[in-house]
Amino acid sequence: MKGKRFRKRLKRFKNVRKYELQDKAFQYLGIFCTFFGIVVLGALLIDVLMAGLKRLDWDFLTSLPSRKASEAGIYTAWIGTLWIMILTAIIALPMGIGAGLYLEEYGKKNKLANFIEINIANLAGVPSIIYGLLGLELFARAMHLGDSILTGALTLALLILPIIIVSTREALKAVPYSIREASYGIGATKWQTIWHQVLPASMSGIITGAILAISRAIGETAPLVLIGSLSYISFAPTSPLDPFSVLPIQIFNWISRPQPEFAENAAAAIIILLGITFLMNGIAVYFRYKAQKKIKW
Amino acid sequence: MNLKEKIIEKLLLFCSLVTILTTLGIILVLLVQTFKFFSEVSLISFLTDTEWTPLFQNKRYGILPLLSGTILTTLIAVVVAVPLGLIIAIYLSQYAHDSLRSIVKPGLEVLAAVPTVVYGFFALEFVTPLLQSVLGPGLSGFNALSPGIVMGVMILPLVSSLSEDALYSVPKNLREGAYALGSTRFQTAWKVIVPAAFSGISVSVILAISRAIGETMIVAIAAGQQPRLTFDPTVPIETMTTYIVQVSMGDIQHDSIEYRTIFAVGITLFAMTFVLNNLSFWLKKRYQEEYK
Amino acid sequence: MKIEVKDLNVYYGMDHVLKNVNMSIKKQTVTALIGPSGCGKSTFLRCFNRMNDLIDNTRIVGEISIDHLNVYSPSVNVNELRKSVGMVFQKPNPFPKSIFENVAYGLRVNGEKNKKVIEDKVEKSLQQAALWDEVKDKLKKSALALSGGQQQRLCIARALAVEPSILLMDEPASALDPISTVKIEELIYQLKEKYTILIVTHNMQQASRTSDKTAFFYMGELVEYEDTRTLFTNPRKEKTQNYITGRFG
Repeated sequence: MKGKRFRKRLKRFKNVRKYELQDKAFQYLGIFCTFFGIVVLGALLIDVLMAGLKRLDWDFLTSLPSRKASEAGIYTAWIGTLWIMILTAIIALPMGIGAGLYLEEYGKKNKLANFIEINIANLAGVPSIIYGLLGLELFARAMHLGDSILTGALTLALLILPIIIVSTREALKAVPYSIREASYGIGATKWQTIWHQVLPASMSGIITGAILAISRAIGETAPLVLIGSLSYISFAPTSPLDPFSVLPIQIFNWISRPQPEFAENAAAAIIILLGITFLMNGIAVYFRYKAQKKIKW
Repeated sequence: MNLKEKIIEKLLLFCSLVTILTTLGIILVLLVQTFKFFSEVSLISFLTDTEWTPLFQNKRYGILPLLSGTILTTLIAVVVAVPLGLIIAIYLSQYAHDSLRSIVKPGLEVLAAVPTVVYGFFALEFVTPLLQSVLGPGLSGFNALSPGIVMGVMILPLVSSLSEDALYSVPKNLREGAYALGSTRFQTAWKVIVPAAFSGISVSVILAISRAIGETMIVAIAAGQQPRLTFDPTVPIETMTTYIVQVSMGDIQHDSIEYRTIFAVGITLFAMTFVLNNLSFWLKKRYQEEYK
Repeated sequence: MKIEVKDLNVYYGMDHVLKNVNMSIKKQTVTALIGPSGCGKSTFLRCFNRMNDLIDNTRIVGEISIDHLNVYSPSVNVNELRKSVGMVFQKPNPFPKSIFENVAYGLRVNGEKNKKVIEDKVEKSLQQAALWDEVKDKLKKSALALSGGQQQRLCIARALAVEPSILLMDEPASALDPISTVKIEELIYQLKEKYTILIVTHNMQQASRTSDKTAFFYMGELVEYEDTRTLFTNPRKEKTQNYITGRFG
């Protein structure tokens, strides 16, 4: 094209300037929105730290709850959280990983497996308070387990089961089929192939999912309120059948009190809860990084 | 050897069947108590009465106030989360450098990991006073606006990551075709990619709505406990989820009608989220098949 | 020991992918299976160790008998079959474990617990696969760190460790560089003394170099089965002639 005609053509695209401005404007809008979320998170953390850090001391961690804000502590709450974390893990992890194994390795084509899959997708979207209603009627009342740790753990286990199953399946899917094929080719049985090859290769991914699921469980409040977890527990539980409290419940209770000293307590307890949550998420990310590194077949 | 294999397979099958049992359990528990409830309260009055006062002397069982509370807070949350989430998704997938994306995405994931009771605290102790200083004393200490906004921030990562997946699955050649014609990133994003990813983005919106409807702690802490049929975001209201929590914290006799109200409300909640979730699955299947 | 294939038909769903194949294979020979893509030669190979059972919708009609025992008879334990009929795949697929553990795997799933026995068998297999000298000092290192050619020889050693009598090789050198390919071909020539080998290959020079007999497949049918030298110099069927002169495929 001759030089003059080319230049003339470019001049015709006067609107190009307008569109470029539009593009630039959106870019700034995008940056703003992206950092909005981070800024809010930062505001939350700073707010909590400012409100609660001064209340955080050894007494706070080792005292029982009390009607006097200055004497109240989270001892029974974090012991309860520990109990719930371990018991829920014991119940949910074997079942969830087992179900994930079945759906991914055994049940691929049959109709029952398909139905179970849809069902799991649904369960993952059910509000946690509904699980609380289930736990209340089934475990607390029908099975006479009352407001015990066992009730709470069973309820939370059902809640996080879909999460564990989905993440286990993702981890198993990442193992290439050729590994299974090679194992069958040598005459190994299905379970030998799974136990010796597939599980070890997918373990990092499975652990990532497990930790994230447990982390979710210890942050839950509503289902435990429903099954009757109390916030005024004056002793640390000694068996799974004892009543209990957990950090989120204690926080909720303190927030509901009008006195500002209790708000301070709540903030301090939140710092502990967030600390545990972020720690667990950090460990899970580490395992996810390890899992992705392995995938260099 | 074969016997061992068969036993293991049955064991693993049983693990997956537990999920079916869970669903059956939920449906059963809700239905049984709801039937008993509706033997004493008419379905029509439940659905149309404008007052919810089961715990007072003059008992009225209209779900509309709780429903309006839930819908109001959900609406505010969605108005916050969807535009922001979509803009973030477009920015991250079309504009941002990989290095920026690798910082921002984990940051957003952290937002999703914060326990909801912490968000509730934030709404009550920080956002409400902040809004009050901006909007004046017209905003009461418990209101729908503050938890609505905070819920929006909480579900923001959900919308942005699902939208990003949807945008990502639009075939590359569509995008390249647009650029080759001289469009800017903005034009390509809004005129080509977003329409193409519409089903996928709708999925993220629907799931966001479902999540907001089912949210409990943020509203229980910051929205109040006054069932009120209104769409005014500055006054205390009560959502369906808050009501359930309120009753279970009190001393209600099991097998009384007051006790059964939480199941009637629960089944309404369950039905709403069930419909929304399955709608999103159906939509998702559709848009995934489009790009086979 | 003789292998007899009688009226073998294989269906994938409605597709009739192998039609009425009849073949007789003598022990300690190398038989090459050649033909254009999609002609059924890999499917045929996988019938011998019933790897096709792993694919849904597969139906097998007919017989494959090894020493008068039909491998598809209900009394046959398929896992045991796969230990007697070993397989090497097109793309090397070592397990993400150490070199030692890769070869030892077959022994371990067989229940072998004796450390000395395992070590001896691993060494023997690696020697048979012409890999021992290259790895004997780094048996604990990851198998994934080996080169492509070494990985494939490791997979051969792994298959040999369970002491099969038949070895199935599905284009074992097609993913490798020319030098590794030569090494694999030399290996096949040595292994012939002890094992009966069936090898699927796209490479006709390879087939003529390594095998005693060659079978030419076309669209699911066994067109010609002949001594290798005869098939390549004086084929009976026109289709065979067209294929080996490169007219198609």
